[in-house]
Amino acid sequence: MIREQDLLVVKEPPVTAAERAYLPEILRGMITTFRHLFHRKRTVQYPEEKAPQRIDNYRGLHRLNRDEQGRVACVACFMCSTACPANCIRIVAGEAPWPDREKYPVEFEIDELRCIYCGMCEYACPVDAIELTPLYHVVGRTRADMIYDKEKLLDVYDQTQGIKPRKDPPITGYAGTGHPDRCTRKLEQGRT
Amino acid sequence: MDWLKTQLGFSVLLMVAIIGVMMTLVAYCIYFERKVAAYVQDRRGPNRVGPMGLLQPMADGIKMFFKEDFIPAKVDRGLFLLAPAVIFIVAMIGFAVIPWGGQIEFASGRRVSVQVASLDIGVLYILAVAGLGVYGIVLGGWASNNKYAFYGGMRAAAQLLSYEVPMAMAILIVVLTSGELRLERIVAAQMLPESGGCWNLLLHPLGFFLLIIASFAEANRTPFDLAEAEQELVGGYHTEYSSMKFGLFFLAEYAHMITASALMVTLYLGGWELFPFSGRLGWGWLEWLNKGTAWPAALLRFGIVFAKIAVLIFVYMWVRWTIPRFRFDQLMRLAWKSLVPLGLALVTLTGVLVYLDRAVSWSAPCGNLAILALLWLRLSCSRRPVTGRQTHMPPIPSGGGGT
Repeated sequence: MIREQDLLVVKEPPVTAAERAYLPEILRGMITTFRHLFHRKRTVQYPEEKAPQRIDNYRGLHRLNRDEQGRVACVACFMCSTACPANCIRIVAGEAPWPDREKYPVEFEIDELRCIYCGMCEYACPVDAIELTPLYHVVGRTRADMIYDKEKLLDVYDQTQGIKPRKDPPITGYAGTGHPDRCTRKLEQGRT
Repeated sequence: MDWLKTQLGFSVLLMVAIIGVMMTLVAYCIYFERKVAAYVQDRRGPNRVGPMGLLQPMADGIKMFFKEDFIPAKVDRGLFLLAPAVIFIVAMIGFAVIPWGGQIEFASGRRVSVQVASLDIGVLYILAVAGLGVYGIVLGGWASNNKYAFYGGMRAAAQLLSYEVPMAMAILIVVLTSGELRLERIVAAQMLPESGGCWNLLLHPLGFFLLIIASFAEANRTPFDLAEAEQELVGGYHTEYSSMKFGLFFLAEYAHMITASALMVTLYLGGWELFPFSGRLGWGWLEWLNKGTAWPAALLRFGIVFAKIAVLIFVYMWVRWTIPRFRFDQLMRLAWKSLVPLGLALVTLTGVLVYLDRAVSWSAPCGNLAILALLWLRLSCSRRPVTGRQTHMPPIPSGGGGT
C-alpha cells in the first residue's frame, strides 16, 4: 500500500492555445531544424579524416609488452586466458630461459575475430604484459590472418610504444564520449 | 517541323519533355531528401558518388534495377503487378493539366499554350486524379496477401478519403474567387493587369494552409505517412515489393509531391508570376516575362514555376524531418474536426464575398484573420486534453491503488 505522503502528484502543464492549434508549435520545430541546416556538420569522412585518437581508454587491437631488456613480459600465468569470456587466448607455456622468472609463453595466440574487446585480459594480467591499444583498423584476408601470434603481438607493441607507453599511462581524454577537454579536466580533478 | 507548331504537336513534345524532366527530378528528389535529412541532423548526406554525391540517383537506380525482383507465392499476381504501375501512372498524369508558362507565338502567327492539355475541367481532373492515387496503394496492400500491407492500404484509403474533403474545399475557394475551372485562367486571374487579382495565397492564407496540409496527407508524407509507418507496419503497403516495383512506389511518392506542389503553385502561388503585384509596377521586362509570347519568356516562366515547386518540395522535406507521425485517431480528428469546419468557414466566407462582389479585395484576408481570431478564441477557452486521452476513464484514486 502506498502511503499518501509518498505520492508525488505531477500536474499536467496547462495546454496553451498555440499548442492546441499545432501549427505555431510545428513552426517552432521547423525553425529549429532550419537552423540545423547551417550548423557545423559532425560527420567524420572516415578514410580521409579520422576521429581524434582515443589514446588510453580505447580497447582495440592487443599487444604483448616487452620488458626493459626487450624480452616478452608475459610470464605465462594463464590469468588472461582464464579471464577471457570469449575464450580467444591460447597460450603454450614453457620453462623460461631467463633466471628472473619460471615460465614464459612459447606460443601466445589471440583470435582477433573471436575477441569481444572487453579488456578483461588487461585487467587480469599481473605483470601488465597484455594490453589493448587504440588501433582499430585491423584487416586480414583470411581467418588465419586474424589469429595474432606472439611475434605479431610483440610487433604491435613496437608500433604502438610511441602512442601508448607501457607503464601507468597518463589519461589524455575520452574522445567520443563528450568534449575531450572537459572530460579530461573532470578526470584530473577527480584524481587530485 | 511544321507539326510542332500546332497545339497537338507541341503538347506531345511538351509531354515527352516533362516526362523526362519529371523522371530526373523525381530521382533527384530522393537525393535532395537524403541531403535535407542529413543537414537537419548535422550530417553530410550522400557525397561519394560523383561531385557532392550528385550521381547518387544513378547508383540508386542501378541498384534498384539489379536487385532480385521477388514475387511472393500467394499474392494476387495480376493486381500485384498492376499496383506499382497504377500508382506511378496516376502520379504522373496529374502533370497533364498544369500550365507551365502561358503561351508561345511562332513566326507564322500561330499560338500554342505551354500546357499538355488545356481542359475546361482542369480542376476537376486534378481532383479525380488525386482520388485515383489511392488505388495503387490499396491494390498493393490487398494483393500482397500480407496483413501489414493490408493495414497500410486500409489506412491509406481512410486517410485519403478524409483529406480529399478539406483539399476539395481549399480548391473550391480558389474556384469561387476566380470563377474558373481552367487552370491557366486561374493563374491569369491571379495576375494584376488582366483581372485586378492577386495571388490567392495573399487573399486566403488559411486556404493555402488547408491545401498544403491536405497535400501532405494525399502524398502520404510525414506527418501523415501512416500507410507505410515503418515502425508499426514493417513497410506498409509496399512491404512485399522488391526491386524496381518497390522503386516505382518510392518514385511515385515523389512524383505525387511534385504534382501536388505544381497544383499549389498554380492555385495559390500565382503560377509563373515572379512575385505578387508584379503587373502593377509596369516595368517592361516584367510585362515581357508575365505575358510575352516569345519562347525565351515561356522558358523563363517554366523555370519560375519549377523554382516555386522546388521551394514547396523543400518544405515537404523540411516538415518530414521535423515532425513525428500522427496517431491514426489524431489524424482523423484533425481532418474531420479541425480542417473540415475550417474549410467550411472559408468556403462560406468566400461565397459571401463573391456574392458581395468583393472576392478580390482586402475583405478576403481580413475575413481570414477574423476566422483565425475566432479559432484562437475557441482554442483558448478549451480546457479539454488535446491528445484524445480517454476522458471517461475513472481518475486515479489519490492515496489508493495497489502496491
